[in-house]
Amino acid sequence: MKMPLMGVINLIHEADEMASLTANRCLATVPFGGRYRLIDFVLSSMVNSGIPRVAVFAHTKYRSLVDHLGSGSNWDLHRKPGGLFVLPPSFEDQTDYGKGDLYHFFRNRDFFARSPAEYVVISRSHMVCNVDFTKVLEQHRESGADITAVCSREPEGLPGLARKARVNEAGRIVEMQDHFGRLNTDVVSMEMYLLSRELLLDLVETSLAQGRDHFVRHAILSRLQQLRVHAYMHEGVLGVVNNIAAYYRHSMELLQPDVWHELFNRPGKIYTKVKDEPPTHYRTGANVSHSLVANGCDIEGTVTNSILFRGVKVGPGAVVRNSIVMQNGVIGAGGVLDNCILDKEVEIRPAQQLRGALDLPFLAVKRKVI
Amino acid sequence: MRANECIAMLLAGGEGRRLGVLTKDLAKPAVPFGGKYRIIDFTLSNCAHSGIETVGVLTQYQPLVLTQHLGIGTPWGLDRREGGMHVLPPYVRQKGGTWYKGTANAIYQNIGFIERYDPEYVLIISGDHIYKMNYDLLLEAHKKSRADATIAVISVPWAEASRFGILSVDEEGRIVDFAEKPKKPASNLASMGVYMFSWQVLKDALVRDEAEKGSSNDFGKDIIPRLLEEGARMYSYRFDGYWKDVGTIDSLWESNMDLLEDEPQLELNDRDWRIFSASPNQPAQYIAPGARVQSALINEGCVVEGEVTRSVLFPGVRVGEGSVVVDSVLMPGATVGKNARIVRAIVGERARVEDGCQVGAPDSEEIAVVGDGETVRAEIELQEVESA
Repeated sequence: MKMPLMGVINLIHEADEMASLTANRCLATVPFGGRYRLIDFVLSSMVNSGIPRVAVFAHTKYRSLVDHLGSGSNWDLHRKPGGLFVLPPSFEDQTDYGKGDLYHFFRNRDFFARSPAEYVVISRSHMVCNVDFTKVLEQHRESGADITAVCSREPEGLPGLARKARVNEAGRIVEMQDHFGRLNTDVVSMEMYLLSRELLLDLVETSLAQGRDHFVRHAILSRLQQLRVHAYMHEGVLGVVNNIAAYYRHSMELLQPDVWHELFNRPGKIYTKVKDEPPTHYRTGANVSHSLVANGCDIEGTVTNSILFRGVKVGPGAVVRNSIVMQNGVIGAGGVLDNCILDKEVEIRPAQQLRGALDLPFLAVKRKVI
Repeated sequence: MRANECIAMLLAGGEGRRLGVLTKDLAKPAVPFGGKYRIIDFTLSNCAHSGIETVGVLTQYQPLVLTQHLGIGTPWGLDRREGGMHVLPPYVRQKGGTWYKGTANAIYQNIGFIERYDPEYVLIISGDHIYKMNYDLLLEAHKKSRADATIAVISVPWAEASRFGILSVDEEGRIVDFAEKPKKPASNLASMGVYMFSWQVLKDALVRDEAEKGSSNDFGKDIIPRLLEEGARMYSYRFDGYWKDVGTIDSLWESNMDLLEDEPQLELNDRDWRIFSASPNQPAQYIAPGARVQSALINEGCVVEGEVTRSVLFPGVRVGEGSVVVDSVLMPGATVGKNARIVRAIVGERARVEDGCQVGAPDSEEIAVVGDGETVRAEIELQEVESA
């Protein structure tokens, strides 16, 4: 059967408290899990669900996004019919920057009008998860809901910023609040909304006509009485990654083999931009345990409880503990890292020691030499 | 360089008989190497870095894995509108059609392909060797000496010279003699199987060779000796880097081990000369608590819970708790259970070594081999594995 669903990954005004990690890149392209970018998880989920047409609403700092996505070939999205469409903003004057995402839907309404898809799933980029959207669509059709929101039960709460929802016995969302709301519930919204294309276009026009321009806040939350918004409960790994605490915690969770296995393999594989890095070279004297290591690394020192991205060098006698070292980082001989997050291409000089607090990792900005 | 000044013809139909079970279901150029690659990746990457934009890949023996790996040449940037990589298997014509009878015949049968690009020079290479070489420098030398053919050569140890095609050259590098696997080698300059030809000379030689009754239609045995005899201008081109024919189990194992040295002769981590390959796109490797990894190359998707020393692990390999892997090569998707021992061995793609099994031995002369997809169970003796 032809897939009647198209995807939108909406990067406009994503809640972002990622400090220097998003100084020069959008939230969608924050490196994660040794070789991925945050957007890879939802993008791969869409592709693995058989969605043939995905639009990415770029907004700001999107050079790294365009670089990462390219033609979409790494996700098999360089295809006919459909494929990947990166839709940058079309500001007419500077104040347009502050306008809500519904304007973006409105400006790109031709894109939706031309698509043959009956349904649209609209998602954010910062949910670390592996979702089968065919199941969401199935439930959407069976329940007769107007909108189906993907949610997750998180009884222990999450460090990231996520909306909370109250769901009645019938599975309908009766109330939803922003992360700071006082709603007492363990259901968090994964900010993925599935609805018919027709309803989406209708919501865009009516909301804008009323002077309201935020998709979730205005088009959905203010209509919870009129529209039947149902929750689809996602079961599986979830990380809402939009602040440093969440970034650190969900990264470290990957060191649990069952989380690693489930997130990257079930229901489908997570894809990313391929680099032609050689295998990682563990030299004599290397001492690595409980760590996730990407390709192209060159390790002579000790690495424990850490994540190394592609092309990281750990010199002789160096120690990396409880830390995340992004692409092409260099830890000089005898250097020590404890609870640190190093952005790309940071160099730690020989014998230099860096320590962050357990709940507040030290964060080094891109290309810094310490 | 004009786009089609020089095109490459890559011979990739070899069976690699001496690799035994490892080439049961795939051609030698498709044999995995170096923790990530297949042998042919080296020549294709050389083409990509040398500015050669049209490559014909001649396939014949067990082409399934190979053609799947090659696709339309995307990993090497050879999926082009003009030129690019083309897989050229033998084909039938209105009047018959045959398999490729020899290396020269394979090129002869594809004269039509070459002529479509109207090249001045044709580079003949094979997908059997591990080396990084800039073919553009070879082309420059070829033009400079106004040669009809230029053969890349490398100095080999005298003791091994009788295994190669050996060239004798004068002070200017002009070839005066060529002997295929001579008993008493006159020099230690071995042909690397990398030939640059002026196309008109080669075309003429191929047509005449085809008409010759009893010719084995082979470059080393027929084309090169005959051109030399006829007094063609044939020059040598010296290559100083790492070059290895990984045609036997021993040499395949050895050249994998070469990569583990602290300063390997063949540097894979070379940003200026990346070896491109089809990426398996698997998650970062996981080294578990209690694992020990020393002097090893390990690729994405691997999970290591045991001990790995002086070994090469391809993507998706699993080494269970308490297992020890030493001096070995574990090919893509191979799994090793718990408390197993793998010493001086090559374990094939998707092969399984179950809990408590032993493969290979530290003092064994021979490298133990587990074929692709095979399972080593506790009750199977080592002998059976080797002869499988």
